[in-house]
Amino acid sequence: MAEIRIENAVKTFGKVTAVDNVSLTVHDQEFVVLLGPSGCGKTTLLRAVAGLGLVDSGRVMIGNRDVTYLPPKDRGISMVFQSYAIFPHMKVFDNIAFGLKMQRMPKPQMIARVQQAAELLHIENFLDRYPSQMSGGQRQRVAVARAIAVQAEVLLMDEPLSNLDALLRLEMRAELKRLLAELKVTTIYVTHDQIEALSMGDRIAVMRDGKILQCDSPSTVYDTPTDRFVGGFIGTPPMNFLQGQVRRENGAARVFIGDFGLIPVPEMLDTLLTRDGEVVVVGIRAENMEALNQPAEDALQVRVLVVEPLGSQNLLTIQIGSDIIKVSTHPDFRVAPDKDIWIRFPSDKIRWIDRDSGKTLLPAVQIAASG
Amino acid sequence: MSAGTVTSTRRGLDAAQRRAIRARKLRRVSVYGLAILISLWILLPIWLIGTMAFSTRADVRSYPKHVAPVPFSTETMEFFLDTEGILTATQNSIVVAVFTLTLSTAIAAPTGYAISRYLFAGRDAFRLGILAVRAFPIVILAVPLAEQFRDWNMFDKVYSLALMHTALTLPTTILVIASVFASVPVELEEAAKVFGCGPVAAFRRVVLPLALPGIAAAAIFTFVMSWNEVFAAILLTLDNRTLPARILYTLDKSGDPFKFAGGFFMLVPSLIFIFFVRRYLFNMWGQITK
Repeated sequence: MAEIRIENAVKTFGKVTAVDNVSLTVHDQEFVVLLGPSGCGKTTLLRAVAGLGLVDSGRVMIGNRDVTYLPPKDRGISMVFQSYAIFPHMKVFDNIAFGLKMQRMPKPQMIARVQQAAELLHIENFLDRYPSQMSGGQRQRVAVARAIAVQAEVLLMDEPLSNLDALLRLEMRAELKRLLAELKVTTIYVTHDQIEALSMGDRIAVMRDGKILQCDSPSTVYDTPTDRFVGGFIGTPPMNFLQGQVRRENGAARVFIGDFGLIPVPEMLDTLLTRDGEVVVVGIRAENMEALNQPAEDALQVRVLVVEPLGSQNLLTIQIGSDIIKVSTHPDFRVAPDKDIWIRFPSDKIRWIDRDSGKTLLPAVQIAASG
Repeated sequence: MSAGTVTSTRRGLDAAQRRAIRARKLRRVSVYGLAILISLWILLPIWLIGTMAFSTRADVRSYPKHVAPVPFSTETMEFFLDTEGILTATQNSIVVAVFTLTLSTAIAAPTGYAISRYLFAGRDAFRLGILAVRAFPIVILAVPLAEQFRDWNMFDKVYSLALMHTALTLPTTILVIASVFASVPVELEEAAKVFGCGPVAAFRRVVLPLALPGIAAAAIFTFVMSWNEVFAAILLTLDNRTLPARILYTLDKSGDPFKFAGGFFMLVPSLIFIFFVRRYLFNMWGQITK
């Protein structure tokens, strides 16, 4: 059992607060991704768990042990570094065996463990080589093999794939995911690549300015971001944001983009009604809008600026008022730049966001329940 | 046919392109020319010294000088080595240099490690301070030091000169060793700590093996600096002269063969050592050769 619990962690560097009162629980055998732009504090948080940088205040628990001030070697962790950090003066075998040697493991058992880890990473034929005789991808495998050979209950990964080229990264991503699922190890994985986060994590903790904005499953983070930043950071293309004005019409709330009224889902009506006359931000994903070639009652007429055929989809860039949005359509959808099309906004796909705070508005029922 | 193609493409260039090509050629020629000049400036005297050191004493005195040691003879070198005091001085030089090397490296290694790894208060001031020691003219340091040493009964001792040399070489040694440690990525040390090492074990198992060649280079460079140092050696010793001090002291009373042979004898260890450690010394100036 190795649950990781971070409680109110704070870490400052001079005047910069890198980690700002963060609490996060990673369940036993769970794979949590820390995702965020560079400088958001994700690596600092990981290093606090590793013991490579101590928090100024707060606690770090692994299992049921308070490890906040323990040195890395006493935390029962293992780690893969961004730069691989494999030892250039040791052969691959000794690199993988390093942690085991430090544990003074008996030799036969150690050899078996190294062999096993090497086989999992398909580097069993390179054990006699020095790292300098290997490619970047192979070195990366050595780093992972070294990390899993010690069979720690907690595995920390700091952007392990970011130094690989795109094709290798894609391959290694799937392989790592399968490997970690088999090992059933509690994992914290740091990345700035949202696709990596979506594809690998059980949960994604999206960070910005030293805070965790949202920590949910990949599909939840993608579909219902709690924050405008999360929606804008995750997804290719990111979520679209439009300005809309709330108006009461026949007793119900409507949100108008120009003259076009969006119909919110029934649960949201009460929340939006309290903002009658105010401007809210409408968030919707590119693939959730429906593009039409003919006018329709419930569709907004727009002008197409750019058409990008991407193979599996056509990505349209569209101007609505002062906002530029992206709409993804079926590759068969025929359209040319500077032509008009009509787009439909399915009510259940629209997210409503407070313009000033950037927070997603919740249905009144949910607010009552959580409050 | 191929020649024809070349001329036709040449002709295809407009005037601006041709000018650009000519300018580039000119630049390259002048860079190479300059490099060759500088190399000759340094290499010619060395060659001359080597040639003279292995010519007969008669040839050394004659003009014009030979351009190669023909006929080859060890007579001049033998004459130099047989001169009274030379072997003792050589021995003194080696003792001073080894003592300096040991002391300097022992102090510089931890200092260099601290500078390269830790952001402590006053780190930049400390670095500057280290360099500032070099800005002191040796005269200003050596004369009062000679008096002080006399008071302490340390004057004209080989080990007091070694102390002086340690002070003189420390700045360079510290900076070279700091750059050596800086070239060992911190992540390697961190990885060692994650996989079971305490700070000392991480240093011993990972940092030290990787830094050792560089530290050795710095030590050798220290040796060479002490081996070549003459000014402090003259001021601080009288009977226990080191080799450069001994040679310099009798320089104006000696003939050309002695000078050339002495020069050669001084030069060779330095050249050999520097040749082996040149990669690490380049590193110090930020040119990473890996």
